[in-house]
Amino acid sequence: MPATVPTKLKANLRVQRFDPESERPETFYQDYEVEVEDWFTVLDALIKIREEIDGTLSLRCACRASICGSCAMRVNGQAKLVCKTKLDSVWSPGETVIIDPPGNMPVITDLVADFKPFWDKIRQVQPYLQPTGPEPVAEYLAPNEDMVHLAGVMNCIMCGACVSDCTVLEVDDRFIGPAALAKAYRFVADPRDGKKKERLEALNGDTGIWDCTRCMQCVEVCPKDVAPMERIMVMRDQAIEEGFSGTVGARHTESVYNSVKRSGRLNETRLAIESVGVMNIPGQLAMAPVGVRALLKGKMPSPIDHKIPSKDAVKKIVEKSEETSK
Amino acid sequence: MYEHDVLIIGAGLAGLRAAVEAEKLGLNTAVLSKVHPVRSHSCAAQGGINAALTDRGDVWEDHAYDTVKGSDFLGDQDAIEVMAREAGDDLIELEHMGVIFSREKSGRLEARAFGGQRVPRTFFVGAITGSAMLHVLYEQAIKHDVRVYEEWFVTSLIIEEGVCHGAIAFNMHTGEMETIRAKSVIMAAGGAGRVFEPSTNALICTGDGLALAWNAGVSMMDMEMVQYHPTTLAGNGILLSEAARGEGAHLLNSEGDRFMERYAPEFMELASRDVVSRAEQTEINEGRSINGNVLLDLRHLGKTFIEERLGYLQEVAVEFRGIDLSEHPIEIRPGVHYIMGGIKTNVDGATVVPGLYAAGECANVSVHGGNRLGANSLLDTIVFGRRSATAAAEYIKSVDSAGRSEEHLDAEKARIQALLDRPKGIRWAAIRNELATSMTEGIGVYRDQASMEGADAKVDEMRAKYSQVSVENKGKVFNTDLIFTLELDYMIDVAKTITQGALMRKESRGAHSRTDMPDRDDKNWLKHTHVFKDGDGVRTETSDVTITQWQPVERVY
Repeated sequence: MPATVPTKLKANLRVQRFDPESERPETFYQDYEVEVEDWFTVLDALIKIREEIDGTLSLRCACRASICGSCAMRVNGQAKLVCKTKLDSVWSPGETVIIDPPGNMPVITDLVADFKPFWDKIRQVQPYLQPTGPEPVAEYLAPNEDMVHLAGVMNCIMCGACVSDCTVLEVDDRFIGPAALAKAYRFVADPRDGKKKERLEALNGDTGIWDCTRCMQCVEVCPKDVAPMERIMVMRDQAIEEGFSGTVGARHTESVYNSVKRSGRLNETRLAIESVGVMNIPGQLAMAPVGVRALLKGKMPSPIDHKIPSKDAVKKIVEKSEETSK
Repeated sequence: MYEHDVLIIGAGLAGLRAAVEAEKLGLNTAVLSKVHPVRSHSCAAQGGINAALTDRGDVWEDHAYDTVKGSDFLGDQDAIEVMAREAGDDLIELEHMGVIFSREKSGRLEARAFGGQRVPRTFFVGAITGSAMLHVLYEQAIKHDVRVYEEWFVTSLIIEEGVCHGAIAFNMHTGEMETIRAKSVIMAAGGAGRVFEPSTNALICTGDGLALAWNAGVSMMDMEMVQYHPTTLAGNGILLSEAARGEGAHLLNSEGDRFMERYAPEFMELASRDVVSRAEQTEINEGRSINGNVLLDLRHLGKTFIEERLGYLQEVAVEFRGIDLSEHPIEIRPGVHYIMGGIKTNVDGATVVPGLYAAGECANVSVHGGNRLGANSLLDTIVFGRRSATAAAEYIKSVDSAGRSEEHLDAEKARIQALLDRPKGIRWAAIRNELATSMTEGIGVYRDQASMEGADAKVDEMRAKYSQVSVENKGKVFNTDLIFTLELDYMIDVAKTITQGALMRKESRGAHSRTDMPDRDDKNWLKHTHVFKDGDGVRTETSDVTITQWQPVERVY
């Protein structure tokens, strides 16, 4: 009887390459076919390429266990920690899996990105505990619930996946970004830190918490469930509570809230005017051309509220939520 | 040329703790690491950090004795006393820096039980204690504005007239080699777990610091003491923390028995790691295994408890095995995890080479002796990282200059260029994998003369083959192909010191368990083994263990 020879599974990977030392440095894709086992992660496949097929392929990786944060890169267009991404979750036989370096960062070579801008932003949020008052002889007393809550943020391994796929950073690289803001939250929410108000004041400025567009990408791609966007939203609430209401973002939030409470729907004209600030004459003038164009095209919503029929029901919902959040 | 008072090689917990101390002491401080500090392997420590907090009734002498017993009486008791005595203050300092240690209802720090200790004294952050500490120490490094040579690789130490004056290194981003002169160097470059395959260690744990110091003339002490952790995943070797057993998980064989009853009736699953690993290996060898594994069972702990206190373990189990720990036991086996042996230092981190200090896993003070207790490694990094910086600060007061010569740089440049210029030959990966697999075979949980000689011969064979290794990538920018080739050189050196140390010790003690010499021999072997570099070969010696208050007794758990 002829023996059946098990055929080895072969995966196709298309990997972005970049050699800054070549005569004409530009990125290109290189295809690799590599024998894989059914338990392989994407990292296992990349390591096999590096060790057995092409020693010139550069990438960062260390722990292989999703804790060092070295190996974030894009797999089929989405940022992932490749050591914890099973190959069969992103690839099936016959297909090609595409590997790119993380986005929103300069590329040094191949899959290796320059994290300097990333760390510069972490530094920007004064990322160290700043207690005020006398230091206790023993430990600070703190509720365990707070520590467990903070562990959700300390879970961050600074892999850069959130920064890679942040849609705001894609258009405005001044935005502090999801990783640094999550790091900031780690201090804002730490009962031992004495600079909560100062931190919120700083984050309330341009390029801070109000620049997030709530696209959810960072929450989606974070391999450690840190949920940066949710932390940013909490800091927005806290900034307003601390009295930092003089921002477009805070006024926008207030205007949406009042409009819905009043009429059950969003009054877009008033929202625009109130967000910029009613007394902000230069701001209003800057917005005027948009208004005029909208008016001419018949797209200017009426500044007068059109109440929806069930506005009383909406009002009740608002009142109920105000009660419960007290 | 760069110049500093102190150059710290390695940016894990020991390196960063040393750096923060050196900055506080006003030294011109620099840290150099081949990876960004937070990628250092300290991040992978899971279970916790030990300390006897005297304000709640614990006694540092008890911690010290548990450590002495854990070490199978090979640890130097003066060093263990220092570590146990200073642990409390260091722990509180970490808390003040911002580590989010778990709390009791009262808001005070909470401890969990850990292996080989009679009372709970392991302080923790879920199952990410190392990561939580490393990120906080990096925060402190930012606060103190520590200079970091980030993604730089050291090729040799500068030793002039027997004194250490810095290092030659290259910037991985540019490939440019530089002289970094320093009045003192603290080696904090971590362990060498990749000398074995499989291993819980990161791919970066290639023993660079050990080999650098060894080549500078320092003894590698007790290198045969390689810790096999009892709970690792087969295949990739990924670690599942001892915290699981600390929190009450059971070990089961294929017959469903809690087999530790037969090996350690009192401590059960929380006996010392060497004891538990041997028990597992015996079960496996005697056929009571599941695919060469035994089972770690957490089901009775409940899902909520597991996810809050052992969340990272659940993540690993789900991601790498598709197993929910609250529903199924997980297959585990002993795997290489830590090297107790290392660069011989005194209690201040000083080596025999003036100006060269060492701390953390690459050092051997020796506080772990033949077997390290879980959660004593984080403590070791903090206590001796700090102490080595203090000692270096004192030492440099007597050093006028770290010299100006660039001749070392020229020699190193030529050596690396020659490596790059080699004709097409063997890939580094082939040698590395053969070396590491052979080491696990020869220097296993159990070993004997023949297995150790086999590993030793294999190391020599790999050393010979290394001369045919060629570097495929000829570029300068982030040339990982070159890095791995240089690391392999270090690994072969470290492997040789391990096999030589193992062949010296004619008894079984701690992690060194010889089937051909199964008994501990206190009469002849209450001694440290030393392996020195000697030309192209090695020279070996022994020295006495320091005993202060605890005479060796039979070790029963």
